[in-house]
Amino acid sequence: MINTLDQIFVLLKQWIVGLFPEVLQPIVGIVLCVVAIIVTFPALFAIAVLMERKGLGRMQNRIGPNRVGPYGILQPVADGLKSLTKEDIVPYKADAVVHFMAPVVLVVVVFMGYAVLPMGRNMTLVHMDAALLFYFAIGACTELSVFMAGWASRNKYSLLGAMRAVAQMISYEVPLLMSSVAVVMITGSLSLDKIVEAQNQYTWGLPHWYIFTPWGLAGFLMFAIAATAETNRSPFDLPEGESELVAGYFTEYSGFKFAEFFLGEYVGMLSISGLGTTLFLGGWSAPLEVLGFMPSWFWFFAKIMLSMCVFIWLRGTLPRLRQDQLMNFAWKFVLPMTLLNLLVAALWRFLGDGWLRWVVCSAILLGAYVLVGRTEMRRRHYGPRSYRYAE
Amino acid sequence: MTIVFWILAALTVAGGLAAVTLRNTVHCALAVTAAFAGLALLFLQLDAQFAGFAQILVYIGAVAILVVFAILLTRGSETAEHGVFSRTWLAGLCIAAAVFAVLGWAVLRSVNAIPQQAAAPVVSVKDIGNALMSRYVLPLEIVALLLTAALVGAVMVAMHEKGEAK
Repeated sequence: MINTLDQIFVLLKQWIVGLFPEVLQPIVGIVLCVVAIIVTFPALFAIAVLMERKGLGRMQNRIGPNRVGPYGILQPVADGLKSLTKEDIVPYKADAVVHFMAPVVLVVVVFMGYAVLPMGRNMTLVHMDAALLFYFAIGACTELSVFMAGWASRNKYSLLGAMRAVAQMISYEVPLLMSSVAVVMITGSLSLDKIVEAQNQYTWGLPHWYIFTPWGLAGFLMFAIAATAETNRSPFDLPEGESELVAGYFTEYSGFKFAEFFLGEYVGMLSISGLGTTLFLGGWSAPLEVLGFMPSWFWFFAKIMLSMCVFIWLRGTLPRLRQDQLMNFAWKFVLPMTLLNLLVAALWRFLGDGWLRWVVCSAILLGAYVLVGRTEMRRRHYGPRSYRYAE
Repeated sequence: MTIVFWILAALTVAGGLAAVTLRNTVHCALAVTAAFAGLALLFLQLDAQFAGFAQILVYIGAVAILVVFAILLTRGSETAEHGVFSRTWLAGLCIAAAVFAVLGWAVLRSVNAIPQQAAAPVVSVKDIGNALMSRYVLPLEIVALLLTAALVGAVMVAMHEKGEAK
């Protein structure tokens, strides 16, 4: 019974595939998985948007949407219908082809990342040897779509927003990669399935998740910061800072194309949450051994929705950074700390089992963070801001 | 040759041709990106996962963005007034054809020189990593040093002198 529930989607797929003739079976299997991904994640996107609008409303001392359906829970449906029926306006001077391609490229690329995420036991679409590399390679393509959107609109706000977004995404992609490399070093594999398998073990009923190790905790913090910046979420949402740039790179988009950007952003957030979950939070493994009777896919989706809550919470809490602060933070704090973390992960690997590696690794990381914090607190001064431009 | 190969080849060649014939510079950059993507997919079709993903990560994720930024930050992205071909296009065509001919000749000859292998060797990403970290560690470090030097040099060129007011 427990096993059936755990494998219910796998069994369902096998049953449906079995209805087709032998020749079509591989293709039907792939199409079925792709359709499942394309249906599930927009549904989660709708839930996340509702959660965000209600939760953010509460954090800002207002009620949030409450008109459509009981407690406003049908708001996403209304939003979807609205964006479908709205007029699609393309600026006269815009580059029509590139303007049309940008949201399509974004959505396609964002969905491709899901191909390698293990969403439950035996629930990976493509078992790839270099899954993590694939994920980052695909993720790098979103920058291009952002640029295409900003440039094709022929609007200065769009272009400025795109330049900011691309600069930010490139800067934070480096720490994102570096913090993931630590996990690869420990596991010895780029395959996300193997990374989850390595974490799916228990001692005294407690899981072997990487976040419960010194280097894993530090790596996860840096990963979370970089992931927030990579998805252009608050406090790193300068590219779409509405007080400065109207809406950033998608200023000139309306109707369904705007909805596509919106979808791309949220599905991207869900996807990067999935990656963070897989790398540091044990993927689909249960948080306690006694909870292992719950289906594995439940834990995966619970973890990514929890990460979405953290994203929303951060957005309701933190003020937006300034452009120079953003860049300084990426290159002068996050990147050196992820490099240090690589060193610590290597030490962890080669000190062998035992308490010594816990002490040494924790001491190095704690010392570094405390030292940086202390010096920065001493050095802080509130003068006029200074810029240094490259020509 | 499978049908997938022909689709990818058509995509790559069309991207390359568009890159030299389109009038708008940014369109050219995007066409080059399409050609890069086609090349990456060709690598993947040959089961060279690492090369394919590295191609996407480096060329689409970084080089294409760099090209686009360079276009935007320098001459502007307005369309060229008259034709896109320079006066020496014939010489350029000859050189390109000559290079292609030499490469093609070398590739075609190598088919006879090397005995046909029954199965293509399977090289996993792990094997590549092991090779880079053991046998080829010195070249790797030299390349890394070179890149760091280039990075520092670029920053130095872009930076103002200390005393200069700005």
